[in-house]
Amino acid sequence: MKLALKIWRQNNASSPGKMVDYTVDNIEPDMSFLEMLDILNDELIVKGEDTVAFDHDCREGICGMCSLFINGEAHGPDRLVTTCQLHMRKFKDGDTIYIEPFRAKAFPVIKDLVVDRSSFDRIQQSGGFISVNTSGNTIDANTIPIPKHDADKAFDAATCIGCGACVATCKNSSAMLFVSAKVSQFSLLPQGKVEAKERVLNMVNQMDAEGFGNCTNTGACEVECPKGISLENIARMNREYLKSSLI
Amino acid sequence: MALDSKIPKGPISDKWTHYKDHINLVNPANKRNLDVIIVGTGLAGGSAAATLAELGYNVKAFCFQDSPRRAHSIAAQGGINAAKNYQGDGDSTFRLFYDTVKGGDYRAREANVHRLAEVSTNIIDQCVAQGVPFAREYGGLLDNRSFGGTLVSRTFYAKGQTGQQLLLGAYSAMNRQIGRGKIKMHNRHEMLDLVIVDGKARGIIARDLISGKIERHSAHAVVIASGGYGNVFFLSTNAMGSNVTAAWKIHKRGAFFANPCYTQIHPTCIPVSGDHQAKLTLMSESLRNDGRIWVPAKLEDAKLIREGKLKPTQLAEEDRDYYLERRYPAFGNLVPRDIASRAAKERCDAGFGVNKTGEAVYLDFAAAIERYGIDQARLKHLDENDKTLVIKLGTEIVANKYGNLFQMYEKIVDENPYSTPMMIYPAVHYTMGGTWVDYNLQTTIPGCFSIGESNFSDHGANRLGASALMQGLADGYFVLPYTIGDYLAPDIKKGKISTDTPEFDAAEQNVVDQISRLMNNGGTKPADYFHKKLGKIMWNKAGMSRNEQGLKEAQQEIAQIREEFYKDVKIPGTADSFNPELAKALRVADFLELGELFAKDALHRNESCGGHFREEFQTADGEAQRDDKNFAYVAAWEYKGNPSDAILHKEELVYDNVELVQRSYK
Repeated sequence: MKLALKIWRQNNASSPGKMVDYTVDNIEPDMSFLEMLDILNDELIVKGEDTVAFDHDCREGICGMCSLFINGEAHGPDRLVTTCQLHMRKFKDGDTIYIEPFRAKAFPVIKDLVVDRSSFDRIQQSGGFISVNTSGNTIDANTIPIPKHDADKAFDAATCIGCGACVATCKNSSAMLFVSAKVSQFSLLPQGKVEAKERVLNMVNQMDAEGFGNCTNTGACEVECPKGISLENIARMNREYLKSSLI
Repeated sequence: MALDSKIPKGPISDKWTHYKDHINLVNPANKRNLDVIIVGTGLAGGSAAATLAELGYNVKAFCFQDSPRRAHSIAAQGGINAAKNYQGDGDSTFRLFYDTVKGGDYRAREANVHRLAEVSTNIIDQCVAQGVPFAREYGGLLDNRSFGGTLVSRTFYAKGQTGQQLLLGAYSAMNRQIGRGKIKMHNRHEMLDLVIVDGKARGIIARDLISGKIERHSAHAVVIASGGYGNVFFLSTNAMGSNVTAAWKIHKRGAFFANPCYTQIHPTCIPVSGDHQAKLTLMSESLRNDGRIWVPAKLEDAKLIREGKLKPTQLAEEDRDYYLERRYPAFGNLVPRDIASRAAKERCDAGFGVNKTGEAVYLDFAAAIERYGIDQARLKHLDENDKTLVIKLGTEIVANKYGNLFQMYEKIVDENPYSTPMMIYPAVHYTMGGTWVDYNLQTTIPGCFSIGESNFSDHGANRLGASALMQGLADGYFVLPYTIGDYLAPDIKKGKISTDTPEFDAAEQNVVDQISRLMNNGGTKPADYFHKKLGKIMWNKAGMSRNEQGLKEAQQEIAQIREEFYKDVKIPGTADSFNPELAKALRVADFLELGELFAKDALHRNESCGGHFREEFQTADGEAQRDDKNFAYVAAWEYKGNPSDAILHKEELVYDNVELVQRSYK
């Protein structure tokens, strides 16, 4: 396959960026999207040009590091995958591909396609935990039975990889899906109920302070989420938030 | 220098308790005067950072990713072992200890392994208290599955994302402490040297990967939790950024490196598809609970399959060779990883491979889908002879257990593994070797500790499945917090460690010099070019099977590539900016040294054990032939400039509680 690439290049957070044209040839359909970018970068090095910076690490869809906006979609045209799991068989010979960073006010660009998502960490630091000491002196794990249904729902919410596709996709740059996934995980489990009130208030406050927008129920986040985190979680978080604010 | 493992005296089951009763403690008011640096924030580093901060120490944590949540522990799939005996199937601390020592082919240190088995149950309690959503049964209690090399069900899991859930648990515990200001987190930082003052580890030199700035950080102790070095093979299931650099830098400063040749090649990975490939993807060992591994029994069928003229589903039962079930009837598809990998290689080398390159075997779920389907039909009082219904019901159960793994497979290979068997082949996955540590998890440098995969201590020559997560969390939550306190107790009056000293000057200069040497060499080739070359040599000559000649060649060839690398590597951009190519080159430079030591270690070990298989040393039926008389020791290498000059030190392994026998899973 031969492809035309239009890639966002930006030196650092304070400098302006622009789309730059590149061409890659001899791309195999079985290659992953990031392997295609590896090839481009190796060619750039040999030519003496600066490589295109992009985040990636595990390359198996679980670390949440990769974060490309491809042809107007977070993680590209396939569903339920991260960018690293996207394969070139989803494109056709001769295609033009637009590659941009995950854009949001709370995700400033570090370089090219790499953005700073530390706002996500700060939200988690504000309340995304259960305050138990890690001494091991807790009760036996089987002391509190948890209904399988609740455990499974908590697990589904907990599979969020914190990539930020929801934010990049949302017209409001809302982080509600991300925040609600953590709030839901803990609100569904008896261990998490003890601090449920402080947790949801603190996390939502931090989310607002970071400059993320609000949710207007568009649902785009759920569609683009590589882990299929359900919009239901946002509803659950809203309930938790209301309950905690009113009482 | 004689190696002192500092194993406490007394019966094995009392050692850890007795040890804890008699160590020095630091009182809470003094802990806040002590700083600890932790490099790496996976399960080991993250759990250690959280616990030490919670105890009151000032923790400075470093990771190269953009958040601690992305450490590669996150990719662990199948589960975590613990001797809870919830299933009542005969499990116990001793049995977990015994299985781990045997699984490691009798090359692990007994006392460490027993301690690991003892604290394993605490881990599950701890994680549940943190809100880790483990899989549960309908009664609300925790569910278990089986892993290789054991005869009990002791593996706790969260679908195929156990590592993710455990890491997020440790990450949340860290976040609580970051929020309280007890952990200062340094994301996107790479440790590039260790600073030793008066014989003690007192700090690190790190590079801020965003600004390129070289920074000095001091502490009263330094903990390395930087993971394994599987990426020395270029292609592995490790993350792209996983590296040996932190561990190698402390090695160069005096920490002995133990058993580098003990590498785990995992039997169930998605096969290599072409030269462009950057990494390999694991399919969890848990799949062997339900998947059956086979190749065609006849060479001509294998050939037709490779040519695409025959489909695996068309092959009759009697034309399939379920070679693990045939060779190892007692453990069947759940033999340990080293054995399953070698058996796959043996079949493929004999011409029975099933993909284009002939390097793949089948992992087939048809039987499991049918079995579960019939169970479900009976449970729901439906017609168990309705084949379509049975397959539908069975597929649902299999999807519930392994759904995310099947999805991953389908996205990569573009085939539906519910209806056609998966193709799998062994790939580099984990490294049992690592920095040598004593019972306290301290390296040969006072004040420098090594935990999790980056040390060597618990898995011998082969790690059992679901034991890596156990070790990482055991070290971080429950072992290091005691042992480091014992070390720090005499240091309470020391005060802040200054970074304005000749030792820090020299270490920083060392880093600056290496970077400028790489940036200004006028080279022409990307770092990956050299990394791939190194990986090919490692895989072909120091991979699943090794021999004297190949290892000698590997040593020479790697030394050559290293020379060529420094002359000809090309790094674009500048050193004082975000420069992923520079970060990569610095890692490759260390792999190029480690690789040679790896080959040297493999060459010196004239026996086969666990993941180390020397062709010259095998039994008549092709199993690993250990030599306990001459090699029941840990090989700990001391750095002396070139890897070829490294000096061997031996820690003799003493087995008081387990009898050394030929490992058998038949």
